[in-house]
Amino acid sequence: MIVRLLLILAFLLPLPALAQSAGEPKLVPDVSQRKINIQSRFTGAELLMFGAIIYPRGVAPEGQIDVAVVLRGPTRPIILREKQKVAGIWVNADSIDFRSAPAYYAIASSRPIEKIVDARTAAIYELGLKRLQLSPTGEIQTREVRRFTDGLVELNRKDGLFAEAPGEVDITDQVLYRARLTLPSSVPEGRYIAETLLIRDGRVIMADDSVAVEISKTGFERFVTIMAQEYGLLYGAFAVLISLFLGWFAGYVFGRL
Amino acid sequence: MDIYLPIAGLSVNIVVIILLGGAVGMLSGMFGVGGGFLTTPLLIFYGIPPTVAAASASTQVTGASVSGVFAHMRRGGVDFHMGAVLVVGGLLGTLFGALLFELLEAWGQADTVINILYTLLLGGIGGLMAKDAWRSLSASRSGKPMPASKRRHHPLVASLPGRWRFYRSGLYISPLAPLILGFLTGILTMLLGVGGGFIMVPAMLYILGMSANVVVGTSLFQILFVTMSSTMVHSLTTRAVDIVLAIFLLIGSVTGAQIGARLAQRMRPDYLRFLLAAIVLIVALRMALGLGWRPDEIYTVQFL
Repeated sequence: MIVRLLLILAFLLPLPALAQSAGEPKLVPDVSQRKINIQSRFTGAELLMFGAIIYPRGVAPEGQIDVAVVLRGPTRPIILREKQKVAGIWVNADSIDFRSAPAYYAIASSRPIEKIVDARTAAIYELGLKRLQLSPTGEIQTREVRRFTDGLVELNRKDGLFAEAPGEVDITDQVLYRARLTLPSSVPEGRYIAETLLIRDGRVIMADDSVAVEISKTGFERFVTIMAQEYGLLYGAFAVLISLFLGWFAGYVFGRL
Repeated sequence: MDIYLPIAGLSVNIVVIILLGGAVGMLSGMFGVGGGFLTTPLLIFYGIPPTVAAASASTQVTGASVSGVFAHMRRGGVDFHMGAVLVVGGLLGTLFGALLFELLEAWGQADTVINILYTLLLGGIGGLMAKDAWRSLSASRSGKPMPASKRRHHPLVASLPGRWRFYRSGLYISPLAPLILGFLTGILTMLLGVGGGFIMVPAMLYILGMSANVVVGTSLFQILFVTMSSTMVHSLTTRAVDIVLAIFLLIGSVTGAQIGARLAQRMRPDYLRFLLAAIVLIVALRMALGLGWRPDEIYTVQFL
């Protein structure tokens, strides 16, 4: 289905390109799902990020084209705590406040990021887990920020919330590209921004972040969350009643056996 | 079979959760402990956020203890008078525990304090129970009768002012003693997600000196009310009770509790106590190692 879609895109896209003035190429990005619903059988999702590159006059230029795609979850303020061994036991000793830690960040690129852009460009566009800008608050040394950032990256990487996939973007005929990103079941709700960057000669020549993916709980899961958040008294009473009922019911059934 | 937990915010295997509930339920039926001291750490180990684990475990303990309470009531094993005093203390304890939890969270040391508490309590009580069970076991093996203990209850209990008669427990003591005991276990319920039975049962035996045949029933009675209160407090403050998680834990544990109660009738109480002591000590050892060894995760995230 998706392959066919890509083919249709490839045929249709050169037409509007004719109208465009000569110069920079254009990006037409899309994702396989604009809305991901979290329901009881949700065990995570796989997202296909794909699209086409439209060149002026429909001709691909000389030289290699690279594509990087980034999927970024909503940012939120966090406290990151670090355990250290104090008097023989591991306790939270040091901590840092980050004002904008993304809940999810995945990047895929056609080649390793270091090979396609220089360090400055990578920093500007926040390409790669090493270059996340988490906005620490207070006066903290750069080395310490680095240590904590690495700690957060490592932690989220294990949980599948941060990912880096160099070489995972496939480019066909310099025109069509696609990459697969996975989302674990623990992804938080929110608006995820899909960013696509077109890179040539170490420069980002086109960047597009117009595509968004909405992840939200629906149906029963949404209902439970709202009840727990807004109607705590009712929710708690219900939890107590159902546990009493189940306990009594088991006693009744076993009493008859 | 995977299912998504709406409050914990991740998906888990239903079978694992039901089996976990079942194993814990069996212990609860056999020993009159809620089993929360096992559920909470196991859930955290499985990847459930600690607060959700503690909150949902207390909901599960309610269900696991209700059938036990009925079973013990039928054979007259609940001292309601004593239970009521314990419950009042327990309710005050959960409220105080909620306050303490918030303070610890703000300080950033909640998990360390919880781990140390677990280690000390479980280690101390497990050791005490093991020693006692071992003595009575070896006494019955060698055929010699146990030297009868002269002291009915702890001298501190006797020094408290005012005395009430607790007929079924066979006691004439100050109501302050069970009130304080209830208060302390109430705090633990809120902090650790445990019913407090593993503290309550030995404390009733060794500190209050209650007669053994009402200890388990009365402990369950108190756990029932205190965990109900703790579920409510969690629902109103941390909002971390995951009803889906609690229901699947319950399905396992209410079944397990019934099986456990039947098993308990066929086993000798000495062996039973020895077994419980061993389980408690193993959990304590695991907790102690967790404090001393380098943890898998040095970093933890707290959302603001």
